[in-house]
Amino acid sequence: MTKEEIVSAIKDIIRTIAPDEDLTNLVGSERLRDQIELDSMDFLDIVMELRKRYGVQVPEEDYKELATLDGCGAYLLPLMESKELKLTAV
Amino acid sequence: MPASERFDTVIIGAGMSGLAAGIRLAQFDQRVLVTDRHYLWGGLNSFYKLGGRRFDVGLHALTNYMPPGAPGAKRRPLARVLRQLRLSHADLQLGEQNYSAIAFPGVRLRFKNGFGLLQEDVFARFPRDADGFRRLVRDLADYPVLDGDAPRVSARERLAEYLTEALLIDMLLLPVCYYGSPTPGDIEWTSFVILFKSLYEEGFARPEGGVRTILDLLRHRYAELGGELRMRCGVERVLHSGGVARGVRLEDGTEVAAERVISSAGYVETMRLCGATIAASAVRPGDLGDLSFVESISVLDTKPAELGHDATITFFNSEDRLVYAKPEAPVDYRSGVICCPDNYACRAPAQEGLFRLTLLANYDAWTAFPEERYRAEKEELWRTGHGAITDFAPDIRPHTVFKDIFTPRTIEKFTGHLNGAVYGSPNKRTSGETELRGLYICGTDQGYLGIVGAMLSGVSIANRHALMTA
Repeated sequence: MTKEEIVSAIKDIIRTIAPDEDLTNLVGSERLRDQIELDSMDFLDIVMELRKRYGVQVPEEDYKELATLDGCGAYLLPLMESKELKLTAV
Repeated sequence: MPASERFDTVIIGAGMSGLAAGIRLAQFDQRVLVTDRHYLWGGLNSFYKLGGRRFDVGLHALTNYMPPGAPGAKRRPLARVLRQLRLSHADLQLGEQNYSAIAFPGVRLRFKNGFGLLQEDVFARFPRDADGFRRLVRDLADYPVLDGDAPRVSARERLAEYLTEALLIDMLLLPVCYYGSPTPGDIEWTSFVILFKSLYEEGFARPEGGVRTILDLLRHRYAELGGELRMRCGVERVLHSGGVARGVRLEDGTEVAAERVISSAGYVETMRLCGATIAASAVRPGDLGDLSFVESISVLDTKPAELGHDATITFFNSEDRLVYAKPEAPVDYRSGVICCPDNYACRAPAQEGLFRLTLLANYDAWTAFPEERYRAEKEELWRTGHGAITDFAPDIRPHTVFKDIFTPRTIEKFTGHLNGAVYGSPNKRTSGETELRGLYICGTDQGYLGIVGAMLSGVSIANRHALMTA
């Protein structure tokens, strides 16, 4: 996966968690929780879905790295570059 | 010979909290077993069939109701719990209340979904406390959600810092106590805050078809995720060694090994499942609640609205001061809750009317009655109870075609909650932790309240103790 695909993967996960959020205008450098309604329980779900779909483990102290889409791309790239993008949300 | 089995997590109790916890864990591929000793799921919010009719056990209202698009709704418990369980608001098929009322002698406060009506009535009836009430609401908005085991503070004392009129404090406490207090005449402050928001700021709705609609959703979701549910399957013992829970032994002798056990059976009840030594060291005097209720459900040949009663829920108190304590007599007729499920918006209204009356009851009295007397006392409470509330509602006795009554004895029999204590222990364990590592409490005794609260409790305990750490 490329960084862009990782961002797609994260957006796909958010669509599963929060189907009522509009993700079209998300800005990569801004905190996700400032742009859409995501609380700490939802962030846990992003982490859990990453583990379920891609076998990626994010330790609790690194959750903060996932605060922005750019952060997700940068942090997850070494963990996910060898994996295939899987989209599930409809 | 009973075989030995292995799960990631065993959950005791197939009520709202247990099923919600089960869904969270099954969603992330844990092997989960939910067990319940009853043959119907739902726990304190179950359902049953009698005389060819279907009844809900406890449901008066789904509290925490907010319409999906309302400002701030996404941050409120209902939306959060639906997200966590991957359910949609529409799935619940909710119909909103007309309005509800708090009735004391000569004074009534009404409230409905959204907060305007209650504020209006408070300002009109208690003008001296208008500013205090505004300040209260403002402070509660920023009050943190449940986190860690906070010290116990009396809501009555905290309210007195805002409000000068004792009657207003009692009136605000009445619904809050009846919908969640294990403490006589008062409620712990954190619980008050949760209930104040869920009852007054948010509101009441009822799923079309009653509690079963929600329970079916939960059960199907859990099954579809591969979770295992065993009914008529009580837990006889929580197995542990070296201060760590290792699994459970079921009543049929089967031993189930698990990484962790989450119990919705109640704190004291769960400690007793760990054996006498743990129970002796973990249970303190006062941990066991003793507030219980009787409730009569009357089926009517008409609708309450036809008799001039359009309130959805009426919390009544016929004394000047709040009556909320375990009565000396089998039943206390001086305060209670009247619920008319027909006074919720509904797409396919029922043919018959329904009228529910909840009153405080004495567990010891109800469990001591021999069988014949027990039945006679139920009849008596129905007759006297409905005669005692005519200041607050029409006399439905001449319109009653069928009735059923449950008592503290019924509650204990079907839910296993000691003393028939509907709201459990006065000492809540918000962290969910117990003396044993790997054994956690969810549900009523963890501290969230109501149906949405119960689900949120299961979700948050599963998240904290079974997902983040796994």
